[in-house]
Amino acid sequence: MSTTTIDSHTQAAADEMTVGHFLSTYVFSKDHKVIGIQFLFSTLIWFVVGGMLALGIRWQLAWPWSDMPIIGGMLFPEQGGQIAPEFYTVLVTMHATVMIFLVIIPILAGAFGNFLIPLMIGADDMAFPTLNMLSYWFMWPAFFFFGGAFFCDGHGAAAGWTSYPPLSDMTTSAPSSGAAQTLWLLGVTTVGVSSMLGSVNYMTTIIQMRAPGMTMFRLPLTIWAMFITALLQAFALPVLTAAGFMMLADRLIGTGFFLPEGLVVNNSPMAAGGGQPLLWQHLFWFYSHPAVYIMILPAMGMVSDILACFSRKPIFGYKPMVYSICGIAGLGFIVWGHHMFVSGMNPGLGMTFMVATMMIALPSAVKTFNWLGTVYGGKVQFTTPMLFALSFVSMFVIGGLSGIFMAATPVDIVIHDTYFIVAHFHYVLFAGTAMAVFGSIYFWFPKMFGRMMNETAGKIHFALTFIFLNGTFFTMHILGVGGFPRRLADPYHYPTFSHLLTMNQFMTVCAICMVAVQIIFAVNFFYSLFWGPKAGRNPWRANGLEWQAPSPPGHGNFDFQPIVYRGPYEYGSPETEEDFYPQTMPPKQDRDNLA
Amino acid sequence: MGRVWSILFLTVPIFGVWTFVSAMNDWWPMSGGSFAFSSGHWFPSLDVSDHVKDHLFYVILYLTGVVFIGTGAVLFWILWRYDGATNADPVVFSHGSHALEVIWSILPAVVLLFIAIYQMDAWAGARMRRPTMADGAIKPPLCRVTGRQFEWRIQYPGEDGRLDTPDDLHVLNDLHVPVDEEIVIEIESMDVLHSFFLPNMRVKQDVVPGMRQYVWFHPVKEGVSDIVCAELCGWGHYKMRGRITVDNAAEFDRWYSAAYAEQETSQFSLPEEEE
Ligand code: HEM
Ligand SMILES: [Cu+2]
Ligand SMILES: [Cu+2]
Repeated sequence: MSTTTIDSHTQAAADEMTVGHFLSTYVFSKDHKVIGIQFLFSTLIWFVVGGMLALGIRWQLAWPWSDMPIIGGMLFPEQGGQIAPEFYTVLVTMHATVMIFLVIIPILAGAFGNFLIPLMIGADDMAFPTLNMLSYWFMWPAFFFFGGAFFCDGHGAAAGWTSYPPLSDMTTSAPSSGAAQTLWLLGVTTVGVSSMLGSVNYMTTIIQMRAPGMTMFRLPLTIWAMFITALLQAFALPVLTAAGFMMLADRLIGTGFFLPEGLVVNNSPMAAGGGQPLLWQHLFWFYSHPAVYIMILPAMGMVSDILACFSRKPIFGYKPMVYSICGIAGLGFIVWGHHMFVSGMNPGLGMTFMVATMMIALPSAVKTFNWLGTVYGGKVQFTTPMLFALSFVSMFVIGGLSGIFMAATPVDIVIHDTYFIVAHFHYVLFAGTAMAVFGSIYFWFPKMFGRMMNETAGKIHFALTFIFLNGTFFTMHILGVGGFPRRLADPYHYPTFSHLLTMNQFMTVCAICMVAVQIIFAVNFFYSLFWGPKAGRNPWRANGLEWQAPSPPGHGNFDFQPIVYRGPYEYGSPETEEDFYPQTMPPKQDRDNLA
Repeated sequence: MGRVWSILFLTVPIFGVWTFVSAMNDWWPMSGGSFAFSSGHWFPSLDVSDHVKDHLFYVILYLTGVVFIGTGAVLFWILWRYDGATNADPVVFSHGSHALEVIWSILPAVVLLFIAIYQMDAWAGARMRRPTMADGAIKPPLCRVTGRQFEWRIQYPGEDGRLDTPDDLHVLNDLHVPVDEEIVIEIESMDVLHSFFLPNMRVKQDVVPGMRQYVWFHPVKEGVSDIVCAELCGWGHYKMRGRITVDNAAEFDRWYSAAYAEQETSQFSLPEEEE
């Protein structure tokens, strides 16, 4: 971070940097760029934690009940370095929880949403800067709740990231169902508060604060995606929050929203009753299905911007792209039941949800075809961000197509809760979103920090990640067809699955390599932060407003009043000699008149 | 470099198809590599008359396979052809094509709708049309399976055909069913969610406390296979393993009488640890 983020009111006092000034500039800052970067660093740290938890899972699946090298002795001295079965359930729960609630959602909306929205629409900041600051600081209680769960009985929550009751609802059902599970619920609730504060702000900012000339249909697709994502959050989150409070009440004051009559758990009968475990699943997925789109729409938007920029060509079908984002969001609210086909839900309802789910693959297909159309006929520049964006398209196809298998109810009976599902969501979330996030970091790093990242290291990082991720995740489809169940600490004692061990070992080796390769990224990131070549305002020769601001932009973002004359994708326009046409450049006849 | 990257993206459909095709055709064990994959990386053997779910899987596999290969090939060709380092033609300055958008919206919509409708009969067969007796009455369950942390309690109704009467047979984790007959099983849970998963029968149904549900299948092959719990149910979830034995009618009766006799001598106490 450079020194240009100096609050104008304290300009005079800037020479003597006081503690209070430092705190208000870098810590409790209300500047959307600082908040975005705070989100970025926090989420990247949790990304490391989540990755380590994933390696724990992979270790157990490849070499079950064997001592973990190096760290095993430190983590589990009482078991002589082995992963205990109850800790395995902690691993799957906390890996997913960390990745979803502390990495993917906050890095997209919190980091990129915050940093990019005002810059891309030509505003000097968010509509509600204080609210924005609070949305970051509400993440900290969540960090402590989720982190603290590791130090409670059971060493972490262990009811799955979906926390299905009664397992999650009763304090006696598992070693982790005491304080750890309560902390998990509090953590999810505070993440929700943070997201809600962010959403309100994003919607207001995008509606109210656009620069002159920035009509809705001149917005970059990133902004459209952020806008729709904020809407999704705002409508879906209250349901999750309510469900969370109901479960807290069940656990703490003995209500029975999710507990039926006559349960006997761990040989002790339960007093409460009159509830329904499936109620939680409906409420949870009513939020969490839209949430999977919250976890991919912004990535789709950013990928669209990167693809157009490095194809040197307008985006193909801008309006169909916008409509399909809206279509995905709308349909996203009526497909949650596809997670419950075998849950015991009314099978008639299952048919309805199947049709809706099939239809949601349609806007995804339209987007894919438009991305291909964008690259077609261009002059492709294979920069690191472009490679990551292209891999997003290639990998999202796999994730989208596997979705169709699971949407088909009879087929889902066979593959539900197997590794086929694990393959599906890693193709959309890791191979899709996480790869898009990498690409976006390479793309907007110059704007965030004023310096370029190293391209060669970036390309090596890309190629190795791409190869190892496919080695890790593609084979999961095959395991899933074989019936290999998810969340099982040791599937090999079932004769049906015992022969699948070697394939799991292959996957674990790929996973370890994939994690190791991220060191290249980390070194590149921190090296470039201090010693990367200076970027200048517009290193990629891109059209968006953010590229007209200084790098990094100072407080208030723009050193001129941006006026927008056209959409953000006019690359290769015949109206200019250059192959790009910034949104702020006056049209040709105006320039001629001036001359 | 553009060429290298195009080829890297081309490896996705190539390796993807290769992985599926070799798993389907059992081309593993791979010899030579450091990972000797054993054979049988595909569906567990199908021990029921109903192969419709596998068939539906293949229909979707082939349809999506075409899209997978098609988009992969197009992506490769575009990157190869329009590499900025070698492509001398001017950029195609186009904002889209209405006709194309209409085509590539309608076509997938029709295919997806077809897939959805094509599934419905099988779904109704698996979940809604419970097997009936010769006289048209719905078939009573052969037994009740109750999930409990971390075991499957199995209860046969006995002579009187009614559950929860003194002549019931109780066994643990050891389900026996006769071959060549529609089997209906009542499933329940005592505590948390479990999922009654019979990979070889293509049956999976979550068991929910407070809900009585039925699953059915028609085994055609004698043999022993696994009962798997497929829903996270606590620390011991991984060991909640049962066994299903498909016998011919005579063998089934013999097993039943023997198990019943043994239960009578041990005075109705539930067999606690068996395995
Ligand atoms: C083409 C569109 C898609 C379709 C048709 C689809 C369909 C499905 C279905 C039917 C399931 C439930 C499978 C089961 O549990 O048996 C599922 C699970 C899942 N999907 Fe998708 N999906 C699509 C896109 C996405 C996207 C874009 C994301 C995320 C960015 C996503 C993330 C997930 C996750 C995380 C799960 C698993 C949740 C869990 O059980 O832990 N899906 N999908
Ligand atoms: Cu979903
Ligand atoms: Cu279980």
